[in-house]
Amino acid sequence: MTIRRHHDMGGLDAGAVEQTEHDYAIWEKRVDAIVKVLSTPERKILSTDELRRGIEELGPGVYDNLNYYERWISSATNLLLEKGVITVDELGAKMADVEARWQKDRDTGS
Amino acid sequence: MSETKYQAGDAVKVRAAFPPGHVRTPHFIRGCDGVVTQYVGSHPNPEELAYGRDGMPKKPLYRVKFNQADVWPNYEGPAKDTMVIDIYEHWLEKNQ
Amino acid sequence: MSHDDHDHSHGHDHSHDEPHPYQPDIEDAPFTERMVMAQAVAELIVEKGIVSTDEMRAQIEFMDTREPALGAKLVARTWLDPEFKARVLTDVKAASAELGIDIGDIPIQAIENTEDVHNVVVCTLCSCYPRMLIGLPPDWYKSRAYRSRTIKEPRKVLEDFGTTIPDNVEVRVHDSTADLRYVVLPARPAGTDDWNEERLTDLVTRDSMIGVSLAKSPETT
Repeated sequence: MTIRRHHDMGGLDAGAVEQTEHDYAIWEKRVDAIVKVLSTPERKILSTDELRRGIEELGPGVYDNLNYYERWISSATNLLLEKGVITVDELGAKMADVEARWQKDRDTGS
Repeated sequence: MSETKYQAGDAVKVRAAFPPGHVRTPHFIRGCDGVVTQYVGSHPNPEELAYGRDGMPKKPLYRVKFNQADVWPNYEGPAKDTMVIDIYEHWLEKNQ
Repeated sequence: MSHDDHDHSHGHDHSHDEPHPYQPDIEDAPFTERMVMAQAVAELIVEKGIVSTDEMRAQIEFMDTREPALGAKLVARTWLDPEFKARVLTDVKAASAELGIDIGDIPIQAIENTEDVHNVVVCTLCSCYPRMLIGLPPDWYKSRAYRSRTIKEPRKVLEDFGTTIPDNVEVRVHDSTADLRYVVLPARPAGTDDWNEERLTDLVTRDSMIGVSLAKSPETT
């Protein structure tokens, strides 16, 4: 019996390589920075291996529907919650706060 | 390198095992025959690091070359085409 | 990936002032849950004293300095100096340091294109890439199509990029499955015998250091 996880896609059929690229948005660079600073040898709060495993565990549907940095922040956040670095409550409150701020900035056009 | 099981030039087979969980040996190469080209140091085991453990003791890592025609039944390119994959020692068996 | 909602380009950096910069680059697009999550996590780890605002800013700015031009400089120097090339093939970190480039802790190995072998790099399992030497990878390198097909039909993928490798040259695909990253040293184009390093550097494209293209030829410049 062979098990192939969704991310392990070498050799599968696929269409043409769409040669898209984009300049990275600041939020994407921020995700990159978050995972980098939390996985320094001095801190070792997260490791690249844990982050990869967390992405693999997102499951096929989520994996395909999220873009690259959405997968990374999903994995990082799940790990931070598991490790107790942040609590569910803190995260929820902060996300609500950020969303309210951004919505207000947008509404006032600032 | 006396501590490592394999040397450059050794014929090896990738174990045809399919454990669930975080594994860095791609599924398509399992059970395939290749040749070690280089020992590239020993490192903490990523299969353990992925679950928050320290991955010790370190495991030897090798670059292993495979003929494309040996991996893909319908490979259309020339017979000389190859792939090289970094594989940990515990995924390899000696081939005679 | 099934969609990408960041197709608009915006090459300029916005303010990195924490704790909460607005993002005018997504003014017309909805902000997604993950964007909010990223901002929230960034603020929380600063508030908790785990990292400082300065360190976050420095990390973003540092990654902005990583771009293909660094690798291009390395390659051009290998074309001019065989002993430097030998050092690059032995130890990219030390050789890069000679040019003032610090590639950090993740090892990068250089693989040389020759008359007999053309190399191309992929990470089928995720998207490992020699970012500290050539910057962040393009979207297509991380795409399902590239990760699936390059390992099994490299010549067809290269054709998608307009690159044809003759049948008498081996195409060797490298799957970076472990901690090593790979950078291709493209072959020096013909007709560049008296070119200086600066002109040669312009011929070395990011795609030639991934292996989907050759270095540019003089006629195209």
